[in-house]
Amino acid sequence: MEQVLDAAWLIPASPLLGFVLLVLFGRKMGEPFAGILATLASLGAFIASVVMFFGLRSLPAAERFHIQTLFEWISSGSFSVDAGLLVDPLSITMCLFITGVGTLIHLYSIGYMHGDENFSKFFIYLNLFITSMLLLVLGDNLLLTFLGWEGVGACSYLLISFWFTDEGNASAGKKAFVTNRVGDFGFMLASFLVFVSIGSINYDDIVAHAGDISSNTATLIVVLFLLAATGKSAQLPLFVWLPDAMAGPTPVSALIHAATMVTSGVFLLTRLNPLLAAADVWTSGLIAWVGAITALFAATIAVAQNDIKKVLAYSTISQLGYLFLAVGVGGYVAAIFHMITHAFFKALLFLGSGSVIHGLHDEQDMRRMGGLQKLMPVTAFTFIIGWLAIAGVPPFAGFWSKDEILLYAWNADGIGGKGLWVIGLITALLTAFYMTRQVILTFWGRTRFFDATSEEIDLAWDARLAGVGADVATAQEAREKVLAGVDKAHDDVAKKTDALAKAEEKLTEASAALAASTEADDGHDKLVKAFDKATKAVPKAEEAITKAEDKVTAAVAAVADADDAIKVAHGRGSELESERALAPKPPEYVTARTEAVDVSDLDDAMPASYRDRQEYHPHESPLTMTLPLIVLAGLAVVAGGLNLPFTSDLHFLGHWLEPSLFGNEAHLTSPSSTKWALAVIAITVGLVAIAAAFAVYLRGRRDPATIEARTLAHGWFVDESYANFFGGPGRRFFDLLAWFDRSVVDGGVKGVATSATGVGRLFQLLQPGFVRSYGAMLTLGSVVTMAWFLGRMFL
Amino acid sequence: MGLFAQTVVDAIDTPEVEWKMMAPLLVLAVGAIVLITITSVVPRTRRGGFPAAFTITTAAVAGWFLKVVWSGLGDHAETYGIWRRQWIVADALMIDGFTIFVWGVILLSVFLCGGLLDSYLRREGFDGPEWYTLMMISAVGGMLLAAAHDLILIFLAVEILSIAVYVLAGLHLRRSDSQEAAFKYFILGALASAFLLYGIALVYGATGTTHLVDIFMYRSTNAAGLSPLTNSSMMLAGMAMIMIGFAFKISAVPFHVWTPDVYQGAPTPITAFMASAVKAAAFAGLFRIMWEGFTYYVDDWRPVLSALAIASLVVGSFLALAQTNVKRMLAYSSIVHAGFILIAVYAVPGVTGIGGDDPSRLGIEAFLFYLLAYTLMTIGTFGVLTAAGGVDDANHELADYRGLSKSQPVLAGLMAVLLFAQAGIPFTAGFVAKFRVIAAAAANEAYILGAVAMLAAVVSAVLYLRIVVTMFLVGDELVAHAVTDTDDDAATDGVADETASNDHLGEASTPFGQVYTPKPLLLAVMLAAFGTIVLGVFPQLVEPILTDAADSLSTLRQR
Repeated sequence: MEQVLDAAWLIPASPLLGFVLLVLFGRKMGEPFAGILATLASLGAFIASVVMFFGLRSLPAAERFHIQTLFEWISSGSFSVDAGLLVDPLSITMCLFITGVGTLIHLYSIGYMHGDENFSKFFIYLNLFITSMLLLVLGDNLLLTFLGWEGVGACSYLLISFWFTDEGNASAGKKAFVTNRVGDFGFMLASFLVFVSIGSINYDDIVAHAGDISSNTATLIVVLFLLAATGKSAQLPLFVWLPDAMAGPTPVSALIHAATMVTSGVFLLTRLNPLLAAADVWTSGLIAWVGAITALFAATIAVAQNDIKKVLAYSTISQLGYLFLAVGVGGYVAAIFHMITHAFFKALLFLGSGSVIHGLHDEQDMRRMGGLQKLMPVTAFTFIIGWLAIAGVPPFAGFWSKDEILLYAWNADGIGGKGLWVIGLITALLTAFYMTRQVILTFWGRTRFFDATSEEIDLAWDARLAGVGADVATAQEAREKVLAGVDKAHDDVAKKTDALAKAEEKLTEASAALAASTEADDGHDKLVKAFDKATKAVPKAEEAITKAEDKVTAAVAAVADADDAIKVAHGRGSELESERALAPKPPEYVTARTEAVDVSDLDDAMPASYRDRQEYHPHESPLTMTLPLIVLAGLAVVAGGLNLPFTSDLHFLGHWLEPSLFGNEAHLTSPSSTKWALAVIAITVGLVAIAAAFAVYLRGRRDPATIEARTLAHGWFVDESYANFFGGPGRRFFDLLAWFDRSVVDGGVKGVATSATGVGRLFQLLQPGFVRSYGAMLTLGSVVTMAWFLGRMFL
Repeated sequence: MGLFAQTVVDAIDTPEVEWKMMAPLLVLAVGAIVLITITSVVPRTRRGGFPAAFTITTAAVAGWFLKVVWSGLGDHAETYGIWRRQWIVADALMIDGFTIFVWGVILLSVFLCGGLLDSYLRREGFDGPEWYTLMMISAVGGMLLAAAHDLILIFLAVEILSIAVYVLAGLHLRRSDSQEAAFKYFILGALASAFLLYGIALVYGATGTTHLVDIFMYRSTNAAGLSPLTNSSMMLAGMAMIMIGFAFKISAVPFHVWTPDVYQGAPTPITAFMASAVKAAAFAGLFRIMWEGFTYYVDDWRPVLSALAIASLVVGSFLALAQTNVKRMLAYSSIVHAGFILIAVYAVPGVTGIGGDDPSRLGIEAFLFYLLAYTLMTIGTFGVLTAAGGVDDANHELADYRGLSKSQPVLAGLMAVLLFAQAGIPFTAGFVAKFRVIAAAAANEAYILGAVAMLAAVVSAVLYLRIVVTMFLVGDELVAHAVTDTDDDAATDGVADETASNDHLGEASTPFGQVYTPKPLLLAVMLAAFGTIVLGVFPQLVEPILTDAADSLSTLRQR
């Protein structure tokens, strides 16, 4: 059967071939063939893994460590690195669940990515990811693992930013990249130290010579690898990128950010168990405590999240913390066991949430879900199985694996007393609580999807008020108009008064002229006529003035009317304002009992988003999406059978992984009665948490506001404080660099570029600020160099 | 009469010249002269592809002669009693694996840059065989430098190498940037040459010789101490000045100040040539002087070398992040690469070995491999820039590269490969090169250098990824950009928004409207990318010549 193992290269080759074909022909194939090809490529890897599994099974346990050298890669003198694959129970176990879960998620994606313009591109990335992940776990040396490590990081980065038109996604991708660089540096340094210590980076050499490394060096190596692992597996303090990574498509969250890539840190530490054994014992403690604290910390945050995917994201961080805890206390088998069961149920939960999001028209806020059990029965049913699994309810898979970790934590007196166990238990309690909350808010109770949101209500009120505002404006306009009439009338009066004055003047003139002349004079008659005319004109003018004055009165009255109209409109406005202030609002904290806000009064003013939603019918997802859910739900039920605690014979996984662990697994010292007692405690705690969540969220016995504190909702503000640092002091550092480059180095360029002619340029070169800065640099460097050399004379 | 004849014979007693062993160098030198002669008498040949074809062919023929020289080395092995190396021209030049390898790198650079230059000159409307001639002459200087063992000859070689490049940097007559780069390069280069020459004079003063082997022997024959005729301060000052001169040429921090400006201002294919051939030659010269002349003073100069390396790695990788101009980014990236190569120079002697054999080989081999990988990557990258810059080499802001993957998918794909290689992604030449350097540092217990190198690799990866992302992901920044600016960027907007009408795209001057990728350029870039991958997957291909080089140098130091 050994020869069979030499076909191990088929495992990564299959998705690699898929990747190449898709790069070449993906666009032409289009939807759905590109997706089918990618799924088949992943399935091929799964089949190859199964064959390898049986190949390994047929060998005696001691020989289950097979290295297949593909080719000699770098060789220089005695130093050489081969590209080779390491086939052993650990790597094949990883391969099985990576390709198994991977295939299901590929299948699911065909439905989920339906209609996306970059359909084939998505599957290119997915296949590339699977290839990298398989290289990571199959590589027979640190370098090849690092290649996979970088590859999965790059794919994750690309897939988070997949919908790159969205600003949030692009920056989330960047965050993932930068955070992981910190971890990668740890990986490189650690590999370097391994190389320096034993002259090789092959795992078989590490296994053989780990004992020869001095304890201090081994400690440093393990700490650096731990740094790498905390980056990849989103542990404190490098976890901030994972919640943001949820910006990517949901299948990506399920595959990369829940089931596979994020577990690679745990895989790495497990693979390097001989180094862990060689290091100081406190490193194991460090790993365990990092894991335990992360688990607890993330679980508290998950309690207060309203985004369906964010809950799962923090839950993933928390569960990964469990895995670290397991590795730290020497429970490697328990870690791998929980990694597998977690891959099943967390992928299931993520895909379920994707199905919900898909069915609800991209809604992710759980406050606006509820009652989906009736609308999406398959999704709800499978999601509930996932919930029972993660909440630790027997006999679902999560119970067995979690219990095993708690058992090892209890056992680890050396590094944490019972503290690790207590933290693990509290985390289990919180896990059961927030997952129950999620199920209740999403699937049970009233369907809140159609409810008006507070934003929509605000918009409606705004629209209403805008209507009143328009009334005010009309009234004001009318007032302006009549006000103009008043002015006009006033003008008219003035004009008429002028006319009267003129008429009177004329009369005076006429009477004077008349008095001066005698009847005998020529033209006397004319004067008399004029006098008569003038005498008549005066009362006419007086009459006109009276008329004009009446008009003024009328206009003033009109203005007063207009003022009244404005007042009325204003009154309506403030009435509406107070009405709005009193109107009920959708609560910030929601339970299954939360009533919808009555918006019938506002109906006509409700925004389009609300009205559109009333037309929308939440629906169950297509078969390509529900089929993977069903399969994963089945696995989440039975996967506990991999490693049952009852008798040693039932430790299938434990016996299977033994050849990869080199006896570094911790030995349990507790009697079996303790085992039982712990299990009972764990079950009780889980049920209590579920009951509590039922009481709060289904029965409304307690206001959720008291539980979901603001601190928790904002993830303890860790993210913000990081952002503040990089936006503040950290940013300033880069600004300083940029400033230096701009002013000192670039200044000259700018100065010269603006000058006109060659000669001018030559002189410009001598301008201060340019030659001075370059010359200063060169001189300074020269002086330091010379000083060093001359200083050597006296040493 | 007899006496006279005797005098005459003495006067013209020239050293025996091994023409055959110098063939590659001579082919290139003669080629340069023939090219300028033909094109000046036959005006019609000035146009069209003739100068480029001639240059590329000359480089290829010279490359073929490398093989002859390499196999010829074996013939003399017994005669000279040392394995596979040969002194020629009165011991002024040494032909060994190291020389042949560096010659190969320089010829490769000429070969590829010929392709870039052809496309560039056609686009820019220049019509000058002088570009090619100058490039070949500069390359001849570089080849001389790689083989030279006499400080006078080394100085001459450096000048031949540099002066042609000063001119080349300023040959784009329409761009003030280009002129400015040439002036700056020239003035600061002259300063560096002055340092170099003064250093040579001091070393001569201290040892009475300019030949590297004699300088080496001088100390070894005076092992008890320095002779009363000289004093160590003279020697140390001379070494310091020679190092400063070379540090300038290889643009090691803090002697790098000219690099960003000159790389940015020079015509892009010339930048490619400067970053590859000129740098490789300068490094080879530095290597020769340090390890073959100043071997005994290793404790004096090694700390300086490591300080230069660390400064280059740290300053280069961090300042690169602050850039927005792609050419400038790559200038800083070349400074980081210089830091890596300096580590390889540092890591030659091997204090403790891993395994049985001589760890010094690790350093020599890492040094040479890095030169080759770096040449391929950098020419390829600058080749893409040549095309992407558009007419007048104008579009090199990072923003100009947005959406390159849509308008020029092949070019963008090649660029991604080359940039990933520079970042050191496994299975590319860049990775193997960096890995070898770090392994060599480890073997020499230079752990801090190794760690800093890794840090620089991690930090500078951000730089390369930034460019790749800009090409492939048209993200949020684009939208912001399009809103604030008008003219040019309306077109960028169009790139992002596929629904934008074609008219809209057609009217505005798209950043890549003018980008076209002529075949010679594309072929050169493809070759570079292909070579990068092949060397990354099968680094063993160059192992025989590396072994040879390491052998000849190791035996020399053991003398």
